[in-house]
Amino acid sequence: MMAKIFIDDKPYEVDGSKNLLETALSIGLNLPYFCWHPAMHSVGACRQCAIIKYKDDDDKKGKLVMACMEPVADNLHISIEAPEAHAFRAGNVEALMTNHPHDCPVCDEGGECHLQDMTVMTGHNERRYCYTKRTHNNQYLGPFVNHEMNRCIQCYRCVRFYKDYAGGKDLDVFAAHNDVYFGRQEEGVLESEFSGNLVEVCPTGVFTDKTLKKHYTRKWDLTNAPSVCHQCSLGCNIIASERYGTIRRVLSRFNGDVNGYFLCDRGRFGYEYINSKNRIITPARLVNGSFAAITAGDAVQEIKAIINTENNTIGIGSPKASMESNFLLRELVGPANFYAGVPAREGKLIRQVIAILDNGKVKTPSLSEAKTYDAVFILGEDLTNTAPMLALSLRQAAKNEPNEIARAVKIPDWNDAATREAVQGATGPFFIAAAHDTKLDDIATGIYHASPDQIAGFGNAVAGNINRQLNFVAADAEIEKLSDTISAALLAAKKPLIVAGTSLYNEAIVQAAANIAYALKDRGKDAGLIYILPEANSIGSALLADQYLEDAFAQASPKEAKSVIILENDLYQRMDKTATDTFLQYFTNVISLDYLENATTRNSTLLLPAGTFAEADGTIISNEGRAQRFYQVHVPKNDVRSSWKWLAELMAAYDSSPINLDAVIDRLTAAFPALQAIQYVAPSAGFREDTQKIPRSPQRYSGRTAINADMHVSEPRPPADPDSALSYTMEGYVGIPPPALTPFYWSPGWNSAQAINKYQIEVGGELHGGNPGKRLFEPDPNSKAAYFNSTPSACSPKEGQYMVLPLYHIFGSDELSAQSPAVAERVPQPYIALNDSDAGKAGIVEGAIIEILLSGNKKWLPVKLKMGLPQGTAGLPKGLQETAGIIYPFYTTIKIAGND
Amino acid sequence: MYPINDNIEKPLTQHIKNDGSWLTLKEYESTGGYQALKKALQMKPAEIIQVVLDSGLKGRGGAGFPTGKKWSTIDISENASSIKYLVANADEMEPGSFKDRFLLEGNPHQLIEGIIIGAYAIQASFSYIFLRWAYHLAGKALTQSIQEAYDAGYLGKNIGGSGFNLDMSLHISVGRYMCGEETALLNALEGKRSNPRAKPPYPSNSGLFGKPTIVNNVETLSNVPHIIMKGANWFMNLSKTGEGGTKLYGASGKVKSPGLWELPLGISLRELLEDYAGGMADGYRFKGVLPGGGSTDFLVEEHLDVAMDYASVAKAGSRLGTGTIIVLDDKTCPVGMVHNLERFFAQESCGWCTPCREGLPWTAKILYALETGAGKTEDLNILEFHTHYMAPGNTFCALAPGAMEPLQSALKYFKADFEMHIHQHKCPWNS
Repeated sequence: MMAKIFIDDKPYEVDGSKNLLETALSIGLNLPYFCWHPAMHSVGACRQCAIIKYKDDDDKKGKLVMACMEPVADNLHISIEAPEAHAFRAGNVEALMTNHPHDCPVCDEGGECHLQDMTVMTGHNERRYCYTKRTHNNQYLGPFVNHEMNRCIQCYRCVRFYKDYAGGKDLDVFAAHNDVYFGRQEEGVLESEFSGNLVEVCPTGVFTDKTLKKHYTRKWDLTNAPSVCHQCSLGCNIIASERYGTIRRVLSRFNGDVNGYFLCDRGRFGYEYINSKNRIITPARLVNGSFAAITAGDAVQEIKAIINTENNTIGIGSPKASMESNFLLRELVGPANFYAGVPAREGKLIRQVIAILDNGKVKTPSLSEAKTYDAVFILGEDLTNTAPMLALSLRQAAKNEPNEIARAVKIPDWNDAATREAVQGATGPFFIAAAHDTKLDDIATGIYHASPDQIAGFGNAVAGNINRQLNFVAADAEIEKLSDTISAALLAAKKPLIVAGTSLYNEAIVQAAANIAYALKDRGKDAGLIYILPEANSIGSALLADQYLEDAFAQASPKEAKSVIILENDLYQRMDKTATDTFLQYFTNVISLDYLENATTRNSTLLLPAGTFAEADGTIISNEGRAQRFYQVHVPKNDVRSSWKWLAELMAAYDSSPINLDAVIDRLTAAFPALQAIQYVAPSAGFREDTQKIPRSPQRYSGRTAINADMHVSEPRPPADPDSALSYTMEGYVGIPPPALTPFYWSPGWNSAQAINKYQIEVGGELHGGNPGKRLFEPDPNSKAAYFNSTPSACSPKEGQYMVLPLYHIFGSDELSAQSPAVAERVPQPYIALNDSDAGKAGIVEGAIIEILLSGNKKWLPVKLKMGLPQGTAGLPKGLQETAGIIYPFYTTIKIAGND
Repeated sequence: MYPINDNIEKPLTQHIKNDGSWLTLKEYESTGGYQALKKALQMKPAEIIQVVLDSGLKGRGGAGFPTGKKWSTIDISENASSIKYLVANADEMEPGSFKDRFLLEGNPHQLIEGIIIGAYAIQASFSYIFLRWAYHLAGKALTQSIQEAYDAGYLGKNIGGSGFNLDMSLHISVGRYMCGEETALLNALEGKRSNPRAKPPYPSNSGLFGKPTIVNNVETLSNVPHIIMKGANWFMNLSKTGEGGTKLYGASGKVKSPGLWELPLGISLRELLEDYAGGMADGYRFKGVLPGGGSTDFLVEEHLDVAMDYASVAKAGSRLGTGTIIVLDDKTCPVGMVHNLERFFAQESCGWCTPCREGLPWTAKILYALETGAGKTEDLNILEFHTHYMAPGNTFCALAPGAMEPLQSALKYFKADFEMHIHQHKCPWNS
């Protein structure tokens, strides 16, 4: 419903369902605020957005009201500019400042502080308060977030995000009056996987990025690039920032279809591996058992000679590497010699998911759209650890059904406190079938713990309830009851959502999830289906190859001396150590393109330094099937570059002219017409805004380049960027660039991340120019996709054997982020998880050391008792150094150490 | 101190004993107690609301909102929420107020009967009494009386064979002034921080645990049985003005006979001060008065003939509030008195909204500076600024605007005293 309102006598046509603050901001007007947040809405605490509201045309005096707490109404007259409103807003900041330490010069927030911006906006500039300020002790909150409570202006956003939005339990507000304290009950690591968002949610310097603090730089001195998080399959949009050759921090880059305002802590704080001392920064050749640096030119010539003379080189791609890099390796070695860099079990599962996305029978919603579903059924995924931001989205989805309670008593959606009061913490239908307890259990209305095959069978039973023609039956009466509850809830919902994934390596789960979604669709429901994949480009890399590591291992033989090029892939993470050792020994030349030293690079003969997402351009495809572009942040002063650049140099076809990103994409889409959309993910390198490139650095007035002034007073020429429309300078287009090319947010008067308001069509909504990314798979109303009939074989392990399942850790299961110092502090020690009754029967207690056979080797691990883990199963933390190369699930024996 | 030598009708207090003990159920019944409930249960809920509306009963907690009007905002139709609450606000913490205490300690069943009738009128099935933590004696009285009411069948299932069910629970607060604000009280009752809630939605729509709820003051509810028994007209005629009923008035300060009296609503301030409080104590002269507790504007000599009802006191520039006057004499420093109040209000701010959380401590600090001789001329401007900054509507709830009332009126009537503090670099009363 639209409404006509008058702001300072100017008429505007606006959305009638919004409050006046978001309305004013959406129009583009400047109205200061603190407690309101576009994702968390209004509570009316800070009193900063005061305006004058008039009763009618004749009312000249009006009444001071808070814009965030006032609904839009037709023919409403308000004033932002009235002197009384100005005076109140300035006075309010003056009051806020009475206890603020004014320590901007030493505050990490300085220069991108919402409090600074709002203070200037109100015009308050003279301090009249001359008494002592209240002071607080700060707390140690773990390796990610720094705490400085004295700067607090008590907007309550931190607890509203942490508790109300993200479901955290260990941050709260204590005490009263001007002594209120935001922190933990006692010092300690913040438990929430989303704690880093406090850094962006806090309007001032109370919660700041502790990793940035260790290599601090002001916002205006950073060089930034629009990028995409590489640390899980969701493809959250990020801004990565650099100064003097090191990456300093990662912020959320708003994408209304993907992550919105937020990021998980792995995505935000997992970047520091890029600055690791273990980076491969120069090409190297193995000489007498150790690596010797060689020039880039020599390396290229040498490798060219190898692959040209032999003409029998195989290539192993990577789900961590971009489409462009995977594609060029495929081109270089030929499709027949190109292998997807994952084990067959994983690769086939990914292709199964792709087939389901591709048939279009059911919509796969975006990460953001997932928030709009009103019933959720998760099969087999521990989302908080395998796709954290989806867990955050689903926490919001769980509020949809109960929010109807508030709507029924006419509470507008934006009135957050009143909505929560009316709802009383109720959650909508939310079901989890998983191999163990998960962090979403607190909002679940039904939980089923079972082995992977049982989860699949359970899923099929639910599908069978929804579509009676399917021949699925529940395994027993108890399961039947729960499956009845779930199918009834999914059918009662307006928009039911099914979530599954590959994390248990179980094809039947993937198929059962599809069966449920198909059945709902056939009953006319607007169902959604989301799959979680293992890595950032799992889908993309699987689209380019259907041969897997086992195939590569099988075809390798000691008889013919071949070469292998391994792209951004530590094979020892994925395959058994002995098999990998043997495989690599068959090759005369093992050429690795990688970022960090690892077991594979140590067993290589030639190394090429590959760019991480910070030193490379490229495209990756998220779990949603969304192709998204990431851009190089800076040009390192070493030989690190995009893998596809190395590969292009190795290709004779590109000898004559240097190849840029657009040219690679042209070739890629020519070879794979189905991936045509990749062309349109972002503007090409030739794009200019107002004839200018888009600067990676903000305008600044500091002595950024003075550090070299003792040598030369003129600035060095910035590097050229032939691959994108971005420049490595502050010179260029000033204004709002296309969203896929937005390296930072800034607008006059808005220096903090909240300048994003100016980049959105409506605050909190879509970006000007559309949310970035192109979806490769869209629903097809004519889809004839068939149900899956596979009934999982209920193979039970032999007596004394355990089926070992992977246990995922947001901090630890991702190989690269785990090598970032802050994240490393949160990585668990290796352990084995057991069901408590199994452990009890075997006389094993928590912490006992037990012996387990892993890939033929004895290992000794302490026991953790894990809630919900089914009898006969055990769990190992996936992806730790100690658990590398395990293919799950597998059967093994365990015994108490020393009881031989 | 209760004067019994007059002929004024005193429905609320007439049976309260002088020995400090409360009326037991038997004693209460012997004075006609619970007859009103029996009568009410024969009536339709809407009829009860109409009688209360007609009686002109206004909320005695301080805001003076018509009780019947409040009750009629509850949806009692078939479609309404099956769970509703009635909460008695017994969190009497207004500085200078001690009227509810008198009723709680003297006649707890009168309140309980009022609650039951009110709950029946709004079709609530659960009721709470939210009691100030310091009222230990009232706590004992209520605990015993609620049990007696249950035992006698006035509470519980099928009350008096009417089919109406009501439970009642006594909640003893941990003690915050903020809890007197009805929505903060509800939050506290839910176990949350006692921050106020934004209105709308009003508690009648989304109140305790998100359900329709009515919160009434102790004195308000204690009037209800009498209105039901004797009718709206009788109640209206009790008062000297258009606003119905009697009122518990109190007086503290340097008067001859501080105390508490039930008097017709609308008695003049002068009568209250001179006839009941006995005038100023020997050696003290009247300087001003806070007519309704700590959060009301000062009235001075020229206002002594104002009628102590809601409309008249408002017209004089203050509020009837709780009707318990605090008298300022000539030997007490007005700045010191206001400082004492602002320090209290600053301490009691919940810390939710900026003006109250930051503004009140600032005013308290300025007043302290004035009192200790460190005041500056510009301080008066800053104080003046705060009285506008924390005006009604600017803050999240009424705490800070209430806190500004004694300050803004002191600046108006006692400006010279503030200036003396600045010019003499000390408190003239503290030499």
